[in-house]
Amino acid sequence: MGRETPKQQQQQQQQVSYTVEQLVAVNPYNPDILPDLENYVNEQVSSQTYSLDANLCLLRLYQFEPERMSTQIVARILVKALMAMPAPDFSLCLFLIPERVQMEEQFKTLIVLSHYLETGRFRQFWDEAAKSRHIVEAVPGFEQAIQTYAIHVLSLTYQKIPRPVLAEAINIEGLSLDKFLEHQAANSGWILEKGHGRGQLIILPRNEFNHPELKKSAADSVPLEHITRIFPILG
Amino acid sequence: MATNYDYEEAPANYDETHRQDLGYDPNFVPDSVKSFVGHLYRHIREKNVYEIHQMYEISFQTLSDRLFKDTPWPSVDAVAHYVDNDQVFCLLYREMWFRHLYARLSPTLKQRIDSWDNYCSLFQVVLHRVVNMQLPNQWLWDMVDEFVYQFQSFCQYRAKMKNKSEQEIALLRQYDQAWNVYGVLNYLQAFVEKSNIMQILEQEKEGLEQFTATDGYDYSGGSNVLKVLGYFSMVGLLRVHCLLGDYQTGLKCLLPIDISQQGVYTSVIGSHITTIYHYGFANLMLRRYVEAIREFNKILLYIYKTKQFHQKSPQYEQILKKNEQMYALLAICLSLCPQVKLVEETVNSQLREKYGEKMARMQRYDDEAFAIYDELFSYACPKFITPSAPSFEEPLVNYNQDAYRLQLKLFLYEVKQQQLLSGVRTFLKVYSTISLGKLANYMEVDEPTLRWTFFFFLMFLCI
Repeated sequence: MGRETPKQQQQQQQQVSYTVEQLVAVNPYNPDILPDLENYVNEQVSSQTYSLDANLCLLRLYQFEPERMSTQIVARILVKALMAMPAPDFSLCLFLIPERVQMEEQFKTLIVLSHYLETGRFRQFWDEAAKSRHIVEAVPGFEQAIQTYAIHVLSLTYQKIPRPVLAEAINIEGLSLDKFLEHQAANSGWILEKGHGRGQLIILPRNEFNHPELKKSAADSVPLEHITRIFPILG
Repeated sequence: MATNYDYEEAPANYDETHRQDLGYDPNFVPDSVKSFVGHLYRHIREKNVYEIHQMYEISFQTLSDRLFKDTPWPSVDAVAHYVDNDQVFCLLYREMWFRHLYARLSPTLKQRIDSWDNYCSLFQVVLHRVVNMQLPNQWLWDMVDEFVYQFQSFCQYRAKMKNKSEQEIALLRQYDQAWNVYGVLNYLQAFVEKSNIMQILEQEKEGLEQFTATDGYDYSGGSNVLKVLGYFSMVGLLRVHCLLGDYQTGLKCLLPIDISQQGVYTSVIGSHITTIYHYGFANLMLRRYVEAIREFNKILLYIYKTKQFHQKSPQYEQILKKNEQMYALLAICLSLCPQVKLVEETVNSQLREKYGEKMARMQRYDDEAFAIYDELFSYACPKFITPSAPSFEEPLVNYNQDAYRLQLKLFLYEVKQQQLLSGVRTFLKVYSTISLGKLANYMEVDEPTLRWTFFFFLMFLCI
């Protein structure tokens, strides 16, 4: 038989996920697909992919047959949902998880983590995440996903970020941060500037949020003058 | 907290069956009923849609009011004789029979189970046989609407295990497939698929199909039943998913219907209101307040202008109820996301009248505010269900409030997170330039927190 090459393995993986996605689209209200959906969650975790629809489908089936629920799988779904921020996937999942399950320790922790992310309290987030390594380390790519989200948040509100603010948001300091910044400068258009007082200022690429004059239409959003008022405040 | 939410139907136990039967002979068929079923049967065979509609909407109500105010209609076995024992007509008659029962009386468990069986038989005929009928949209909508309603009602009933009699428990154990959630969802899904309605709507956009233009009716000698049931089932699926708390999937099920336009969903007022109510509610739970406000505003204006035309209709009460609930939901949305420009004047003045004071209090975000959010949400929300089968182990408990409690809790949690944003909004209205430090001081938060609060303020309003 011989060993499968990585390419063959990948093709097989792709075949499996294609089939699961099809199942969810065509035959979602079917108790028999529960094991496939559970396997698919584990596959999302190990291959760093993600499918909200499939995971919602599974949470629904757990709702229909609570005795078949695996809290470990549910926890993994929630961690993947956290990694999808700023998408509201985490709350979408919570709506489908019974209250008594949400009262368990690991879920309380995840809810607290989500709360910190939703209210931009990154320092508290990283502190809490450090205390719950067993939960978050079970899912590869977690740290990077949250860092990406943090950078996304920064890019929307800052024209020039002081280095300590960035450090706190993405939980990287010192030499590691230097390397990280070099990499971003080389590949993502970040500009590193010397600021007054506390060291570096990082300038993220221009977009319509940190440069409102780039915004195309302000149909029913806050009038432009309100937005431009805020930016000087943020520095 | 939960008083507004209490289950409306009175519990039926075995004594009530006898009360139902007092003075009721299921085999007695008054002349007016013989005439009614005879004519209706003929009109259905001849596809006289207008006459069918008149009989369905008006004659049935008139006879119900006159002869069957608090008893069921004659049994299907008794009337079958007058309609050639036609199987399909009997299934349709029985569907109306049960709907009347649910509306005027309290169904027993056995009746609930029998109604489920009738839906299964009726739906299987439509799905697997060539049905050569044209029925009014009102009737087809009512079928889907009633099907979902009876499912919701059954889940509520079943979740109250505490005072169930031994006979009821035995029946529940025996007929464990009745109103099971898989069955309900799969029937609705089957209608959507078998009717090909999604492709029909797609092709209609390119001028390759006619559906909306004919209100779903088939003018080439065919039947509208499967297509229109498929169409309304998309709304049915939205509704069931909202009852389960899966708003994302619910909205997905509705996607093929373009609610920015008129469509078959607006051809029946009940369908129009149910669609927008659930669409708006789902968007509210997904924090898309602007979208919810837009749609609630539109429908409330529409109801204001047209409700007088429905005063005599059997749906009038429901229309009024949903109208009030949507004002409550609009009050919630506007308190969380003030958007004065999106609300039309008439609607706004109605809103001020009903909820002006409460809205002012909600925006204070103190304990009293949360109590009002709780009250309005509980009044206006769908009757959430626990879809799983009950546990028959002692002690028997009532868990009919669990689903509602969870949705309410998560909603109030979201309101709490909005607290921060409301503070920012107030200050920005007043100050044109202010330093971050000073603002932080006024708001009694630290600077980093305020920084991130601005981000969410912007995300919230600009995106």
